[in-house]
Amino acid sequence: MDSAINDPLIQIQGLNVAYGSQLAIRDVSVDIPAQQITAIIGPSGCGKTTLLRSISRLTELVDGVRVWGKILFDGQDVYAPDVDVTEVRKRIGLLAQRPFPLPMSIYDNVAYGPRLYGVRQREALNAIVEKELRAAGLWDEVKDRLHAPATALSIGQQQRLCLARGLAVEPDVLLCDEVTSALDPISAQRIEGRLVELKTNYTIILVTHVLRQARRLADYVIFMYLGELIEHGPAEQIFQHPQHPKTRAYLAGELY
Amino acid sequence: MAHNQNLRRLKDRSAGHVMGGLTWVAATLVIAIGLALLARAQPLLDLQPLGSLLTSSEWSPLRGQFGFFPFIVGTLAVTLLAMFLAVPPCLLTAIYLAEYAPARLRQSVKPAIDVLAGIPSVVYGVWGTLTVVPVIRDYVTPWVSRTLGFIPLFRADNPTGYGVLAGGVVLAVMVFPIIISVTEEVIRAVPFGMREAALALGATRWQMIKTVVLRRARPGVIAAVVLGFSRAFGETMAVMMVTGNVAQIPRSIFDPAYTLPALIANNYGEMMSIPLYDAALLAAALVLLIVVLIFTIIARIVLAQAIKSAA
Repeated sequence: MDSAINDPLIQIQGLNVAYGSQLAIRDVSVDIPAQQITAIIGPSGCGKTTLLRSISRLTELVDGVRVWGKILFDGQDVYAPDVDVTEVRKRIGLLAQRPFPLPMSIYDNVAYGPRLYGVRQREALNAIVEKELRAAGLWDEVKDRLHAPATALSIGQQQRLCLARGLAVEPDVLLCDEVTSALDPISAQRIEGRLVELKTNYTIILVTHVLRQARRLADYVIFMYLGELIEHGPAEQIFQHPQHPKTRAYLAGELY
Repeated sequence: MAHNQNLRRLKDRSAGHVMGGLTWVAATLVIAIGLALLARAQPLLDLQPLGSLLTSSEWSPLRGQFGFFPFIVGTLAVTLLAMFLAVPPCLLTAIYLAEYAPARLRQSVKPAIDVLAGIPSVVYGVWGTLTVVPVIRDYVTPWVSRTLGFIPLFRADNPTGYGVLAGGVVLAVMVFPIIISVTEEVIRAVPFGMREAALALGATRWQMIKTVVLRRARPGVIAAVVLGFSRAFGETMAVMMVTGNVAQIPRSIFDPAYTLPALIANNYGEMMSIPLYDAALLAAALVLLIVVLIFTIIARIVLAQAIKSAA
């Protein structure tokens, strides 16, 4: 079960997350490989979203959450007291379940991150906006209405806009939280296609409750159950030869 | 048995009619009051059109001159000063409560602020008379006239402390609860996912608030301010007790002012033997009613839409 990864980008060590007195993540330790798609799977309420969001310290936005343990990113503990949380989040981007375009134009959504980090010149911003909208596969659909409000887009387009917005700050990691669950099948397919292309440059961690999606996309799989890490390993190993009875039961559709 | 059935049905039907009727009475009351005011103000409006009443500055009832302009300016001066004093601290408080304060603090502070709204306005008037007016008279007026007296707006021709500034301060405190609680509500209506999106891009909390939350909540914040404005505009008792009530156009924040509500409250029922006096006061009441009504309706509509679109 302990398949060591060469050169892990993220190392989660003894991580616990509690909402009040309720332990949502229980002593999880796992390494996450660079430039691959890692899928976190498991039944609802197993803590997969909490685990994902803990990596860029987004769990702590909820009142009454406590996190202890370590998450090393590039060797540095993101929970160390002297760490600048905005720097962590800049390098570890998030694509959420539902698209939340910011209340501004399409252009300003993509330029939002770069502007936070001081990019001001028009030409530089224009270049970033075009590059990332192309990377997200949205450019051709919006190039003539960049200054229209982002809410005028369809949900599927909004999700690709959110992807472009996330890429524009040049993160190393993309956290994807059930990113296709609110989308129609064609939009979902587009997003999946983008993710496969993006993994050459980014480390992608994907939470999904759709097993087929995990089979299609994942290089590496983490299986969670009731807040605990049950099994992890390369995708073919987990899907073809699951070791743990719970993993086998879940893959067989017998565990909810 | 059959009799019993009929009685039950009768009671049921009449209960519905009574309650429905009462609802209609409440709903049409505003219109009825407006029409009654109009009817009573008509004798004056026949002689002098509303436009000239609103713009004339001469208030000498004995000579049949009823110019509302000084009162309108007085009301606006006190109200605008109150908004100027109230809006910045209210917005910051609302932002703090909605975005920074831990839930437990918010839950204990909000009721405390709401209690401010329940204090009778005569109590604010007494507080104004006993505290605000003396502080303005003894400290603010001398200091400001020494340092800024060369600016007409800060000239201290009236050393009593009763005036626009005292009214503005008292009114500002009175509109705190409405502006704070409505603003806090519209800010909290901004979806969590939108805040998270900004934070996940590496925005600091303040950057997130400034560029996302306030932008999204802006219509609602404007509505909160307008609601506060219409509340302040119609306030009578507290203002009447501290503004000095002189029928002249205030030129400086220390000058006395006379507001429309104070004019009506002070004079209605007295000196009614003067011809047209009561028509003039009711015309003033009509103007007040219309202005407050318009502002309140606008604010409610904007607010309802803001909350709907934010959610």
